[in-house]
Amino acid sequence: MQELSLRMLENYLPILIFISITLVMGMGFFIVGYVLGPSKPDSEKMSPYECGFEAFEDARMKFDIRYYLVAILFIIFDLEIAFFFPWAVALREVGMVGFWAMMLFLGVLVIGFIYEWRKGALEWE
Amino acid sequence: MLSDIFQWIQGSILSPLVNLVVPELFQDEALLLLGILVKIVAILIPLLLSVAYITYAERKIIGYMQCRIGPNRVGFFGYKLLGLGQPIADAFKLIFKEIIIPSGANKTLFIIAPVLSFAPSIAAWAVIPFDDVSVLADINAGLLYILALTSLAVYGVIIAGWASNSKYAFLGAIRSAAQIISYEIAMGFALVCVLIAAGSLNLGEIIEAQSGSFLHWFWIPLFPVFLVYFISGVAETNRAPFDVAEGESEIVAGFHVEYGGMAFSIFFMAEYANMIMISVLTSIFFLGGWLSPLQGVPLLGSIPFLSDHGLIWLLMKTSLFLFCFLWFRATFPRYRYDQIMRLGWKVFLPITIVWIVIISIMVVAEIPPWFN
Repeated sequence: MQELSLRMLENYLPILIFISITLVMGMGFFIVGYVLGPSKPDSEKMSPYECGFEAFEDARMKFDIRYYLVAILFIIFDLEIAFFFPWAVALREVGMVGFWAMMLFLGVLVIGFIYEWRKGALEWE
Repeated sequence: MLSDIFQWIQGSILSPLVNLVVPELFQDEALLLLGILVKIVAILIPLLLSVAYITYAERKIIGYMQCRIGPNRVGFFGYKLLGLGQPIADAFKLIFKEIIIPSGANKTLFIIAPVLSFAPSIAAWAVIPFDDVSVLADINAGLLYILALTSLAVYGVIIAGWASNSKYAFLGAIRSAAQIISYEIAMGFALVCVLIAAGSLNLGEIIEAQSGSFLHWFWIPLFPVFLVYFISGVAETNRAPFDVAEGESEIVAGFHVEYGGMAFSIFFMAEYANMIMISVLTSIFFLGGWLSPLQGVPLLGSIPFLSDHGLIWLLMKTSLFLFCFLWFRATFPRYRYDQIMRLGWKVFLPITIVWIVIISIMVVAEIPPWFN
């Protein structure tokens, strides 16, 4: 058992190294650009960009509630996907019982989906 | 072939080197680590070169589609060479440009954002199988890892937009974030279909499950899902015609409007690396990855060299999809935002849900030739 988990960890070692390298590379590119590029700041240059106007108002402003709604719907559906993954891999083993159980689950999901469609949660006029 | 080259490098360069330098006790570990590093470099260098040269391909291809010739001046050593030096020149230009951090910005987040969008787009390559034995990390949860890392891309976008403290950046970021997560749903369900068909999360096994002939590849039993996946991929990478997040005509450049020089080019590299990633994944999931299309075809399948599986087929399939990315950009006008959201939620999502049912019935009923 311990040997098995060790072997599994060994499989993940290249990934750990790869992710660290990519992070370092990203930072490295930034630092290279920062060091080699000029740096002549002035107040106009450092102000937020607004097409030739003086920036009026703060950029931390209100935004449409629908973006928030999309995020909530996303969480629900993404969770469903997380439930689907193990079932999908094991479908050949779980057979008919597993198939019908998941169809029931999918049915509940579809009812919810139809409800939110009819309620207009997916409308962007 | 790739593994032969690696064996050779390990046998004739790495192990003598390790024998010479490292004390006896740690030689195995050192050899392992060095081997991993060599493999990572072998992935990174071609990948970064492709990222550089796909910008060239894009300008050239779109140029020809619009009856122009595209870049053709910058070459090497005084020769023009069809402008092949252009990406290198671009890279050097960007390195020597000023990186502006606006005074109103959240400095730490502003710096982290490009790194956060760059790192996952490259790191996802760790589990891509290049042929039947060459893969950096042959893990069981390969597809889950891909899904996790491609999902991380949205953080880079939203942090960049928020940290810039600029209206264009902010609008671009929320648009882009909502779009990315919407299409991720369709993409996730499409992947569930692939999983049902393949019965494994390991990318190598997903490819093996498609072997037989090109009629056994999943693009036939999963045809609608195949289209949904690729189009969602285009939307995920914020490419035209789904590029409202950039929307030059209205919000200038969207979430990275405040970034310049190298900071901008990190975002740029991430976008192009993601394009290549989506193309590779589509060819792995639906077109059989490194499987030869001539396998199992009468007559043609007996040609010794052409019917061999290998990296070359994966590259050709990937190039096909990459070309489609560029072709789309030259062809389609930009979608309106409500049309994008409608497509994601009201068209793609129902299609994939219906196809989950269909494909699982096909698997349970063991429909030949794919699932017997």
